[in-house]
Amino acid sequence: MAAGDLDKFKSDGTRLGSLLEWVDARFPATAMWRRHLSEYYAPKNFNFWYFFGSLALLVLVIQIVTGVFLVMHYKPDASLNASGVPVAFASVEYIMRDVPWGWLIRYLHSTGASAFFIVVYLHMFRGLLYGSYRKPRELIWLVGVVIFLVLMATAFFGYLLPWGQMSYWGAQVIVNLFSAIPFIGPDLSLWLRGDYVIGDATLNRFFSLHYLLPVLILPALVVVHLIALHEVGSNNPDGVDIKKKKDERGIPVDGIPFHPYYTVKDIVGVVGFLFLFAVVVFFMPEGGGYFLEYNNFFPADPLKTPPHIAPVWYFTPFYSLLRAVTHPLFGIDAKFWGVVAMGAGVVIFFFLPWLDRSPVKSIRYRGPIFKTFLAIWVVCFFILGYLGVLAPTPGRTLVSQICTVIYFAFFLTMPIWSKLDKCQPEPERVTAK
Amino acid sequence: MMKWLAILLMAPALALAADAQLRLDRAPDRSNDMHALQNGAKLFINYCLNCHSASYMRYNRLRDVGLSDDQIREKLMFTADKVGELMRIALQRDEAKAWFGVAPPDLTVIARARASEFGSGADWLYTYLRTFYRDDSRPTGWNNVVFENVGMPHVLWELQGEQVMGDDHHLKLARPGKLKAEEYDALVADLVGYLKYMSEPMSEYRKSLGVAVLIALSVLFVFSYALKREYWKDIH
Amino acid sequence: MSCDEKVDCGRRRLLVATATAGGVAGVVAAVPFVASWMPSERAKSAGAPVEADIGQLSPGEMMTVEWRGKPVWIIRRTTEMLDQLAKLDDLLADPKSDKPMQPEYCKNAHRSIKPEYLVAVGICTHLGCSPTDKFKAGAESGIAVDWPGGFLCPCHGSTFDLAGRVYKSKPAPDNLEVPPHRYVGDAKIVIGEDTKGA
Repeated sequence: MAAGDLDKFKSDGTRLGSLLEWVDARFPATAMWRRHLSEYYAPKNFNFWYFFGSLALLVLVIQIVTGVFLVMHYKPDASLNASGVPVAFASVEYIMRDVPWGWLIRYLHSTGASAFFIVVYLHMFRGLLYGSYRKPRELIWLVGVVIFLVLMATAFFGYLLPWGQMSYWGAQVIVNLFSAIPFIGPDLSLWLRGDYVIGDATLNRFFSLHYLLPVLILPALVVVHLIALHEVGSNNPDGVDIKKKKDERGIPVDGIPFHPYYTVKDIVGVVGFLFLFAVVVFFMPEGGGYFLEYNNFFPADPLKTPPHIAPVWYFTPFYSLLRAVTHPLFGIDAKFWGVVAMGAGVVIFFFLPWLDRSPVKSIRYRGPIFKTFLAIWVVCFFILGYLGVLAPTPGRTLVSQICTVIYFAFFLTMPIWSKLDKCQPEPERVTAK
Repeated sequence: MMKWLAILLMAPALALAADAQLRLDRAPDRSNDMHALQNGAKLFINYCLNCHSASYMRYNRLRDVGLSDDQIREKLMFTADKVGELMRIALQRDEAKAWFGVAPPDLTVIARARASEFGSGADWLYTYLRTFYRDDSRPTGWNNVVFENVGMPHVLWELQGEQVMGDDHHLKLARPGKLKAEEYDALVADLVGYLKYMSEPMSEYRKSLGVAVLIALSVLFVFSYALKREYWKDIH
Repeated sequence: MSCDEKVDCGRRRLLVATATAGGVAGVVAAVPFVASWMPSERAKSAGAPVEADIGQLSPGEMMTVEWRGKPVWIIRRTTEMLDQLAKLDDLLADPKSDKPMQPEYCKNAHRSIKPEYLVAVGICTHLGCSPTDKFKAGAESGIAVDWPGGFLCPCHGSTFDLAGRVYKSKPAPDNLEVPPHRYVGDAKIVIGEDTKGA
């Protein structure tokens, strides 16, 4: 996709124009600007749900910037200081109290973690609503699921760093999941920890990865995600292909340049998001105990498990899948199958583009089966998430087992019912809002 | 299918059923009462800071509650010599562990750590410090309603007096202390108010800054929305 | 974009207004991040004023105390040493201490509050090495036959007299810094603050 001469800037004689011409002769600046912004034609009917892509990018930037500044003061050290408090834990409180504005930077980062998942979950749900994963956007979706996985890993590594009780025991439980894998499991979890328990070695390797993944890997994946998107063009709430109807210049009649139309629109979304974000950061940074768990204000104590440990809220739906499996199968214990269920809960998203056989993409034209099943699935996802923060009881386990079955059945039976569903015909062009 | 749906609808009820309830008294709010916070700081330093450290808190931070460096140096500093020092203690942790069974925890952020679905950390502390009762089966002779088999003896017992657990599972004052019940409650409220302040000294500033930030973002929202409208009026 | 048409005019105004508001918000948002590089409360506490007991210091001797991680010298000068100072003016870069390398109350011939005691930060004003004391006068010092006693920076050879004043034609541009300090009684100096509470 080498830029042709048409994509080169022609100076109008001004100094700035000449500079741009000079750059353009050596780097496709104008070509990139046009290709991805001013001449990237996006459907004109994007709605509320389409804010979350740009918001996810915003939160990534917030996390990287605040994270870089936190690293300047944080110390990944599990040893005890003179007052008997782990150095890592004390360094977080040092940031909160002694570093000028450290409290704000830390709250932005801790709130940003939860905000990231809220935004990404909504972004993924948008994909489900409008069939954004369908041909020809399978690769965008696949890269997106990889981004989601890397995000989960990043969040998991980061959650150990404050070295509180929940950090410690959460990591302990998750790392022990790997010990469920037959044959290599126990050695694998030992290798991951680098010690017989979660310790200084674990803290330091998690710290290293918590820097590497979001600063290098995530942005790279985001670029791939966007290049793939701009190759095939954006989907829209009607799920119709705007490239089918083009005007004489070859521009889709229902397309509008991303810049300035969607840049100004996304700015509104950004400001609206920042308002809600600021409400949490300044008025409820603990997020009711969900964003910053109360027990995590106790320093990590390897000798005492808190009475009730739960992962942070964004992991709980998948954690519930893990706990729902209580029966051994094929002679392998339930622990292993629980881990399989949890992993499958995420991995199954990879197959979505090929599981869905519906003739239409958007929920607007899909039949009652999809609408009902999707609603039930969402309810189950919420219930699983809610149960994940609670201590298990027989009643709760039963409910989570039912929800687990529904969770997977939704995907696995999709090839059948998505074909049977009574869909309405898609319109020729996108509809007005 | 319908059966499943019914179970799903019942799920929240099922889910909520089993947890044990912890009844906590609401701690009176002292966040803007400088006099109470100063009193709480004094109580904390006199009664708590011998066994418990507050090792992320600096003495000179007490200027937040209206104390000057000189006041802090003269009235509140017994062990430290620089006003910018952390509230550390001389007690050795291993010795403390031998005496109490556990090393007394650092109290800087205790008011945040003790929060739960039953109430704020301040509520827990306010209840805890008022529900010690005599229990001869414990090594210290004391037990507590919200912290079962607590390792700490009732440090404030001379002020509160001695409570005993009645057969009806209610506490009764067996021997009165130096203070009347309401005086003791007010004293604990000050102490807890201080602990809450200490757990997040910037919290009042954070909220007032938040108001300014929200106003600024509202203005920005109006501008950006108007700009969006201006551009989008061309799109039909 | 011309301002001929009404539409463009309004749009431009809105664009400028939003960009300005957004720009201001961006700059304000950067403040906490920039400010987070300032010394923390811990650093401030460690950098708080220090007290030095000078009761044991005999004439011609020097002691070093640490203040904000830097060596601060306290030199008790003998009468001969003090007499020496006035004679050196022609050889020095800033004999009258015109550059603000000392608090106002030390801008005098001996660069100190009490003539006897010099308090100076022992960091060369060239590139931050710590000079060594060469109090012995003459050839014995290994510097010059007519060396009157003072300090020599080992890194690039800057020399200072016993009031911390730098000699002419040396790499160091300025006299040694005199930190803010005050006396508490006769035998105690507080380094790092001038008046109580400041």
